[in-house]
Amino acid sequence: MNLSVQIGKLRMQNPITVASGTFGYGAEYARLIDVNQLGAVTVKGIRLNPVPGNPTPRTAEVSSGMLNAIGLQGPGVDGFIKKYWPFLQSLKVPTIINIWGTTVEEYAEVARRFDALGGVGALELNVSCPNIKEGGAQFGTDCKLLSQVVAACRQATTLPLVTKMSPNVPNIAPLAKAAEEAGSDALAVTNSFPALAIDIHTRKPKLANVTGGLTGPAIKPIAVKLVWEASKAVKIPIIGMGGIQCAEDAIEFLMAGATAVAVGTANFYEPQTALHVIAGIRDFMAKKNIADVRELTGSFLPGK
Amino acid sequence: MLEQTVTIAAHERDAESYFRLVLHAPAIAPLIQPGQFAHVRILPMKEALLRRPFSIFQVGRDTFSILYKNVGKGTSALSKMHAGEELSVIAPLGHGFAVPPAGGETPLLVAGGYGMAAMFLLAQRSPQRGIVFVGGRRRVDILCEKDFAAIGWEVRVATEDGSHGEKGFVTVPLLAEIEKRKAESGKWKLFACGPTPMLKAVGKIAEDCNLPAELSMDEHMCCGVGTCLACVIKVKTGDGWEYQRTCTDGPVYDSRQILWEEAK
Repeated sequence: MNLSVQIGKLRMQNPITVASGTFGYGAEYARLIDVNQLGAVTVKGIRLNPVPGNPTPRTAEVSSGMLNAIGLQGPGVDGFIKKYWPFLQSLKVPTIINIWGTTVEEYAEVARRFDALGGVGALELNVSCPNIKEGGAQFGTDCKLLSQVVAACRQATTLPLVTKMSPNVPNIAPLAKAAEEAGSDALAVTNSFPALAIDIHTRKPKLANVTGGLTGPAIKPIAVKLVWEASKAVKIPIIGMGGIQCAEDAIEFLMAGATAVAVGTANFYEPQTALHVIAGIRDFMAKKNIADVRELTGSFLPGK
Repeated sequence: MLEQTVTIAAHERDAESYFRLVLHAPAIAPLIQPGQFAHVRILPMKEALLRRPFSIFQVGRDTFSILYKNVGKGTSALSKMHAGEELSVIAPLGHGFAVPPAGGETPLLVAGGYGMAAMFLLAQRSPQRGIVFVGGRRRVDILCEKDFAAIGWEVRVATEDGSHGEKGFVTVPLLAEIEKRKAESGKWKLFACGPTPMLKAVGKIAEDCNLPAELSMDEHMCCGVGTCLACVIKVKTGDGWEYQRTCTDGPVYDSRQILWEEAK
């Protein structure tokens, strides 16, 4: 039975990674799960310099999901390399580093720095964070800006580039195509959905940032549709994500057109989820007599 | 830190509004230090996904217990569970209190509401007895007074409505005691757990009276193991401040490290 997949030059031993921002820098969950069983570890977003992040409260639970507005708190490139890279490098599985910036030049500079580091599995371009004022989603919702960011990173590195798409667009197809044409090796679909929760007793927002990104099982069917639409628009592989809790959820994403999937919010409440998903996909393949997980990708039958 | 599915050994209503939940967790119990917490996934809770953090109250050979109040979706679902049913637990978590060494400072514990639960193990494992000051809005908010008395601790109570103990905040009897025994003040250390305004007031008293203090900080928590960056507070650094995670860098901090926010 083959579970391995290719994301550009990146080979994953199975199609399961974790969503950026839900798995820290790998070491935190290594005390609870065997991280080497994953297809890849994807770390929290890094920009050039350290970022303090947003005031609290930063998260709020909602029905079947949660809102977050962390504000991409992070140690910057140097802090990350010093503090977190030695552990990640010691793993048998590749690391996908999520990067971002407030300008095209900063994205390219961060890409260059990680290219020079050596040993990085892939770079995920975060052009879709809804919780920061500059950078983030502004690049992911405009075809021209998105092309510029991806092209600049493409020039800066030979590492596989995964462009993490915003769901907050009327049609994902032209943006997906723009990323592909500018040299992205893969797409990650999708980031969180801009959302609001109000405390009715105080009439105040539940998050200090007022709005935040909705994630968790609540967004899964919307994310599956976005993966399907993006996969019809491009030839490059897609990493599907949004509310995956079990193998059945992951298989839906694969059938919709994803080559790999990421477990996100579920890590927060059930750290074993990614491992359960891998085991469950194996079981499903055995029961259905599927020899290669790649047969599942795009096998959805929408009918006429 | 372990993640385990554990069985409810006992579940009873304490006082009028608090529940005492005892979990059979023989692998976890011996690892627990005072001031640590358990992150509990309440399995029957379907739409509310996240784990709930609870201070660990008492520890037995094969068990540990928590105290909680039915205040929301999570605790409401939990309150309907029975002995024999299962919960998923990640524990013990966080950096707890430093137990004062024998011959060290006399501990003065300050607790607000269910903050009292986080204090019991410290009181039990401290080689010297001290005084525990507990505050709450009404009589029903004062819990496990008897448990502290049973291990030889003096308990001073304050309620905002005056229905039990002194009338006012818990800092009233605390300040009176410090004032009364000024001559011995070099030998005291404060330990506190409770709502943020209370912790801030205790931090101020520690500063004014030049006493060391350890505070168990309370911030809205999500993953509990340091990945999500939800539960951060501002902590002083050499050249300013940084956000630290109360779940893993805390929850217990030296009061001098905390950069207090303006009231929200």
